[in-house]
Amino acid sequence: MGKPLATIVSAGLSKFGRREGLYGRELFAEAAKEAYDRCPNLIPKKDIKALFVGHMGESYEHQGHTGPTLADWAGLLPVQATRIENACASSGVALALGVSAVFSGMYDIVMVGGVEKMTHRTTSDVTEFLAMASDFPFEQWHGITFPGLYALMATAHMHRYGTTEEQMAMVAVKNHHNGALNPKAHMQKEVTLEKAMSSRVIAWPLKLYDCSLITDGASCLILTKPELAKKFTDTPVHIIGSGQASDAIGLYEREDITTLKAGKLAGQEAYNKAKVKPQDVDIAEVHDCFTIAEIIAYEDLGFCKPGKGGSLVEEGATEIGGKIPVNTSGGLKSKGHPVGATGVGQAYEIYLQLTGQAEKRQVEGAEIGLSHNVGGSGATATLHIYRRG
Amino acid sequence: MKMAETFPFTIEQFYKFVSERKLMAAKCKKCGTMLLPPRPMCTKCFSSDLEWVELRNKGKLLTYTVIHVSSKQFESLIPYAVGIVELEDGPKLPGMIQDVEPEKISVGMSLEVDFDTTIPSEWPTWPRYFFKPS
Repeated sequence: MGKPLATIVSAGLSKFGRREGLYGRELFAEAAKEAYDRCPNLIPKKDIKALFVGHMGESYEHQGHTGPTLADWAGLLPVQATRIENACASSGVALALGVSAVFSGMYDIVMVGGVEKMTHRTTSDVTEFLAMASDFPFEQWHGITFPGLYALMATAHMHRYGTTEEQMAMVAVKNHHNGALNPKAHMQKEVTLEKAMSSRVIAWPLKLYDCSLITDGASCLILTKPELAKKFTDTPVHIIGSGQASDAIGLYEREDITTLKAGKLAGQEAYNKAKVKPQDVDIAEVHDCFTIAEIIAYEDLGFCKPGKGGSLVEEGATEIGGKIPVNTSGGLKSKGHPVGATGVGQAYEIYLQLTGQAEKRQVEGAEIGLSHNVGGSGATATLHIYRRG
Repeated sequence: MKMAETFPFTIEQFYKFVSERKLMAAKCKKCGTMLLPPRPMCTKCFSSDLEWVELRNKGKLLTYTVIHVSSKQFESLIPYAVGIVELEDGPKLPGMIQDVEPEKISVGMSLEVDFDTTIPSEWPTWPRYFFKPS
């Protein structure tokens, strides 16, 4: 097994959902407060030397320059603070940069996180803002929405492999079941296969229940050098693999749209660094912005062969109690998808699971976890592998 | 004629050609790579020795979707179909599929490129191409 690159000593997550009357920075303070409370030996202003935060869109709140803004509201001024924008992978990239900063020896302790406040805007506004993560002159200009891009992948996957609309709906049913066990999830309720299948069409073949939720939320982690971790916690979680890759912004430019090449490559990089194989992974949080994305992630991350993702969910292998539980938090589908907060939000769930704090959704004996965060229709992907300390 | 000076290898120029009902791509004269979107440098061999070539307007549908929730700009068209077409000359292009009922669209069907040469008054002043059954 690979050596730790950096170690998580604390983590925080705001309640995800429709957080009316709150501004993004206030949600970030909520997440930071939880992380500080969990780590009484940490003196944030003195100990934390850098802040990397994911934030996708200034359009939502007419607010840019969110690096120092969030540092201020987290009580960290005058820390070095940087905002990262890689669409829905913004905070996955913030995490990768935080790991690099600690691993390189540049800083002993850093905070990484992310935030997005989305629910106060209309669906058509959000549709437009999200579409900005796709290719403007050839995709947005021709009316292709964000769900539309994943629908193009879904149609191609169905055509090549025989993946069915029912199998996609089963991802939603599973993730809603898990989300119902998560007190911080946006939508804490089960859905039936029938309800998912009969929900209204957003971008055929994707229906309402194939789409993740428009959510408000923030997330953060505190990372240290592995040798410092014991000063702050008895239950450290080591990050032993980190990978990131890019692909063409336009979906139409990719060689094969039934797979996300950036996700595969980020995965290979992280698996190699961690010296871990897909079958060693006990739990995973994968980027289920749409149900087809989770099915493709199973294949890209080596949990099954290409084309077998639909069968994997149908067999129950990815449920809590299955061979490889995926999205125990409820995923983007049910926990919610405040885009800039998502990557670190996934890491937060892995942190809870590996430290035995996941309560009703705890996977017993979980030692190795993985989080997989995708930006846009796959132009960015990051992957992190974690080991219980 | 110095083509590069007359017609820069830009997205803007691609759409100027669309307004003339022409589907054009940049081609690298050194390694033969077809560049669509056109760009100032071949990303395979890094040469900037390029030429514009006109593509045949025919291709096959690789995948498609029918959009029911759109941004404001396209709301009046809902539901509308979009797809990715692999052109006979190789490049792939996304766009709307018109003149066919969504139920009659299928992966692999033959489509041809047609043009709506209406030019918007504000940026971006790009006309649109679209696909229809051939």
